[in-house]
Amino acid sequence: MTRRTRTAMFLGSAAVLGAFLLWGFSGLPSFGHGLISAGEMLNRVSVAQRHITDVVTAVNFDYRGIDTMGEEFIFFAAVVGVALIMRPQPGEGARHVEDYAFGRAVPPTSDAVRVLGLGLAAPTVLFALYVVAHGHLTPGGGFQGGVILATGVLLIYLAGEFDHLHGLYGEAAVERAEAAGAAAYVAIGFLALVSGSAFMTNVWPLGTTGHLVSAGSVPLINTAVGVEVGAGFVLLLNTFLRQALVIRPEPTRTPLEEALNRSRW
Amino acid sequence: MNALQVVILLLVAGGGLLVVATRDPLRQAMVASFFGILLALLFFVLQAPDVALSEIVVGAVALPLMILLSLAKVRGGQR
Repeated sequence: MTRRTRTAMFLGSAAVLGAFLLWGFSGLPSFGHGLISAGEMLNRVSVAQRHITDVVTAVNFDYRGIDTMGEEFIFFAAVVGVALIMRPQPGEGARHVEDYAFGRAVPPTSDAVRVLGLGLAAPTVLFALYVVAHGHLTPGGGFQGGVILATGVLLIYLAGEFDHLHGLYGEAAVERAEAAGAAAYVAIGFLALVSGSAFMTNVWPLGTTGHLVSAGSVPLINTAVGVEVGAGFVLLLNTFLRQALVIRPEPTRTPLEEALNRSRW
Repeated sequence: MNALQVVILLLVAGGGLLVVATRDPLRQAMVASFFGILLALLFFVLQAPDVALSEIVVGAVALPLMILLSLAKVRGGQR
């Protein structure tokens, strides 16, 4: 296809798409107005109904908790997929773990990075736990807190070496934690069934609005999601770091070299 | 729409263009990280702090990190 035809095709389709977009946008309510009625209603009722002060969390983990469960498993499947695709393949071997750069020497980790990394790691993890635990009170929750937790692990890698991470956690334990977090979400849903309500109904005692233990099942689900997402991201990080730092293709041998190699032994 | 929202919306539009216009993947990862922070700011001034938190950690840290590590893997195989 010549450049001219392509340009003509682009201009044609861009004009059609543009026209439809303009038509669609012109029908939108003006900026900052026209909240959908469900949003307005939830803003009014959720504090009284669920003793929860973060309405976004109320929607995510209670009113549409079953949708969030689906999203949770999208993340779960993505992590499993990455771990599966990036496992060591036949013909690949481990090499000595060291930072390297193609075509230049690697500068040693500076003291500033080490001090900052080590100093920030513990507060980051603590902040992550705070974000998970207060998901029903203030902005945040299991997903946000879980990812922040994984950045704490990243800081330790930045301050030290890849090998140091494995003194911190076992890979198998992290995998189990991820699975357990995902399973706990479903289990909380089933507990509602056992009590005679619909799946994922918030049947737990609601407590006092604004207290750390309140809003029924929401903080429990947040904890489950925090464990799942935190472990999932640590696993992702671990898989990517291992691929970049450890796994190398083994030097390929020609059939002749292979035969020579055999005869030598 | 107040002035702050207008400024940040424009910054997001500019940042998005920069991400597309940066052709070197290594630099693009950095620009994408910066774009993630801009998006988080936009969510924050539009009163969506929950989403802003997710955007900071995912858009500004996790995504660029995975691009960087993939690049390290791909380029490391060349030596």
